[in-house]
Amino acid sequence: MTTVPSSIPDKPRKAVALISGGLDSLLAAKVMLDQGVHVEGINFFTGFCVEGHTHAIRQKDRAKPKRNNALWVAGQLGIKLHIVDVIDEYKDVLLNPSHGYGANMNPCLDCKGFMVRKALEWIQQNDFDFIITGEVMGQRPMSQRKDTMPVVARESGAGELLLRPLCAQHLPETLPEREGWVDREKMLDFSGRTRKPQMALAAEYGFTDYATPAGGCCFLTDANYSRKLVDMWQARGNREYELDDLMLLKVGRHVRPNERYKLIIAREEGEVKFMQGYAYRYPTFKVTSHSGPIALLDGTPNEDDFEFAARLVARFSKGRTADIVTVEQSMPGREKLIEHKIQPLPASEIPEDWYI
Amino acid sequence: MTHYQLDARRLLCPMPVIRTQDRIAQLQPGDVLQVTCSDPGAAQDIPAWSRINGHTIISIEHTDDELVISVEVGATS
Repeated sequence: MTTVPSSIPDKPRKAVALISGGLDSLLAAKVMLDQGVHVEGINFFTGFCVEGHTHAIRQKDRAKPKRNNALWVAGQLGIKLHIVDVIDEYKDVLLNPSHGYGANMNPCLDCKGFMVRKALEWIQQNDFDFIITGEVMGQRPMSQRKDTMPVVARESGAGELLLRPLCAQHLPETLPEREGWVDREKMLDFSGRTRKPQMALAAEYGFTDYATPAGGCCFLTDANYSRKLVDMWQARGNREYELDDLMLLKVGRHVRPNERYKLIIAREEGEVKFMQGYAYRYPTFKVTSHSGPIALLDGTPNEDDFEFAARLVARFSKGRTADIVTVEQSMPGREKLIEHKIQPLPASEIPEDWYI
Repeated sequence: MTHYQLDARRLLCPMPVIRTQDRIAQLQPGDVLQVTCSDPGAAQDIPAWSRINGHTIISIEHTDDELVISVEVGATS
């Protein structure tokens, strides 16, 4: 066991904590605060974060109390939180992960390395001393394994400046421990996929109501989302994307009748409101003769496609069994609306594999 | 004290918070930033961010589809 210097530093050492909004990073930061370390939080917004977006869109979710969990964690800890937009920089992580993907489009190991590298840049710019994360050895199948945790430290460039308080006892000594900035003896030895030690520690600290997101905090771990993302890339013939693309993958039914275009059909009032904001950018269909959704058309359709799309949209309206339904079509940059009086597409003519 | 405006409409959280944070970093203590948002979640998130970072919410005004949040920049920014 390493001897910990007993000398007290002149001023509190400063650490930045990667705060996802989950329990582990909450606890890791708390453990450091208890050792007298000055901690501030940092949260990276990649565009794929489950936090916020979808919950803000769907009407049914608005009834639930909505909060940003990273902000909630910072509030519980009484620390500052810096939220950093990394949407553009993250593209390279997603598109060219040197360690590949997990079960879906999740490049978890590269992602963790990227975030720790960004945190390293941040501490260098802000005169902080080290970085802490809530990682637990064996907790995640890709980025939090005994063999991959050193990879994150090495490839991020953080090296010995990266301290994982929840499982530090299982890891080689880091600079903060060796220098006595923190007491290694008070670090923890959590490991494995069980959440019981974290829950017990949370209870000890009196933390309740913390977030326990099923499937983690990233849409890229979600099979349905990943499928829609890959479909978008394939249809466009390239893997470019913008934040608006990522948000639209989170809403509506996505239906692709052919390789030229897909329809994004609102499922409820919250999505209708949200998608109306995109009429400036996409051809938009709205059923006017009956109660029904709006739909955005994404792609490069031919003239026949528009009428077919209107029939498809009508299928999802209250007029689905009517002989004739009126569907209004708007085009970006044009004031004049196009009116389709069409027969809704029968359900039997919508193959299951059109649904992305 | 100077008043500034920030248009964060059509942005979903956490983007309104990020834009608010980045704009406030350029302002002086006592300045007021008026943020217009369309994401109802901003009514919780911007005050939460302001509270932990030492800024003060002066008012939150709701209209049909938008809200306007006025933040006074604190001394700790």
